[in-house]
Amino acid sequence: MTLKDDRILEIRRRQKSRALVMALLLGAFVLLIYGITIVRMTGK
Amino acid sequence: MTASVIEADQSLPAEWRDFLALTKPRVMSLVVFTGLCGLLVAPAPIHPIIGFTAILCIALGAGAAAALNMWYEADLDALMKRTASRPLPAGRMDRQSALHFGVGLSFFSVILMGFATNWLAATVLAVSILFYVLVYTVWLKRRTPQNIVIGGAAGAFPPVIGWAAVTGDITLLPILLFTLIFLWTPPHFWALSLFVRSDYAAAGVPMLPVVSGPTVTRQQIALYTIPMAAAAIAPWPLGLAGAIYGIAASLLSAAFFLLSLQVLFNRATEPAGMKPEKRLFAYSVLYLFAVFGALVLDRWILA
Repeated sequence: MTLKDDRILEIRRRQKSRALVMALLLGAFVLLIYGITIVRMTGK
Repeated sequence: MTASVIEADQSLPAEWRDFLALTKPRVMSLVVFTGLCGLLVAPAPIHPIIGFTAILCIALGAGAAAALNMWYEADLDALMKRTASRPLPAGRMDRQSALHFGVGLSFFSVILMGFATNWLAATVLAVSILFYVLVYTVWLKRRTPQNIVIGGAAGAFPPVIGWAAVTGDITLLPILLFTLIFLWTPPHFWALSLFVRSDYAAAGVPMLPVVSGPTVTRQQIALYTIPMAAAAIAPWPLGLAGAIYGIAASLLSAAFFLLSLQVLFNRATEPAGMKPEKRLFAYSVLYLFAVFGALVLDRWILA
C-alpha cells in the first residue's frame, strides 16, 4: 500500500466519522424541534 | 500534475473532535452551569424541553464564540504553550472551517433560542456572542491590560439569558448575578495570568501582569474581591435570596478574600513560587459553582 493510498483511506475515515456525527446531530435536532413544536402547540 | 502537488492539494479534513475542541468544552461547563442557575431561580415554571433547549442554546452560543475566538487568535495561540495544541495552531484544521463553524453555530443558537423561548433571551445571547468576539477578542485583548475587565462582561451574560428565557424580562436579581460574574472575572483571570505571564509576554498580549507587573496585579486582585463579594452577598439583604444563600455566599466570599490576601502578600515572580495564585485560580472556579449552587438550593428550599 502506497503513502497516497494511506492518505486517501485516512481522508475517507475522517469523512465517514464526521458524516456519522452530523447524522446523529441532525436526528437529535429533528427530535428536539418535534418536542418544541408539541410543547408550543399544547401551550404547556 | 505531479504527486507532490496532488498531496499539497489534499489537506486532511479536520476530525469532528477538533470541531468539538473549538468550542472550549471545559470553559463551557461554567457558562452552562450559571445559565442553568439563572433559569432555575427565575420565578416562573418552564417546560423541561424548553428549559433544555435554552441551556443547549447557551452552550452552543458559548461554543460558537469560542470557535470564533480561536479563529481570530490562531496566530497568538501558536505562540503560547498553553494553547499551541489547539486545532488551528496545531494545523489540524484550516481557518476557514473554524470561521464557518463559528458563524453557523452562532446563527443556529440565536435563532433556535428565539423560536423555543423568546426573542429577548435570543437578543441577549446574540449580544453576548458579539461582545466576546468583537469587543473582547478583536478590540480589547491585544490593546489594553483592561481587556479582561471589560471583556469579562461577555461571560457574565448566561444567568441573564437563563432568567430571560423563563420570564421574558430582566430584573434586579439577574443583573446582580451578571455583576457578580463581571467582578469575579478579573481576579480569576489575573490569578491565572500571573503564573502563565511568560506565555502572554511571548505572545505580546498586554495582560496586567505583563504590563504592570505582579505587585500591581496582586493589589488589583485583592481590590476586585471586595466589590465582587458585595455583589455576591447583595441578594440576601435586598430580600432576593434567603439566609441559606446569604450565609453560603458570605463564607465563600470570605474564603475568596483570604486567598486573595495570600496572593497579595506573595512576593514570588516565578511560577514555581506561585502556589497562592494557583490556589486562588482553582478556588475561584469552585466559588462560582458553589455560590450559584447555593442560590438554587436556597430558592428550592424556600419554595
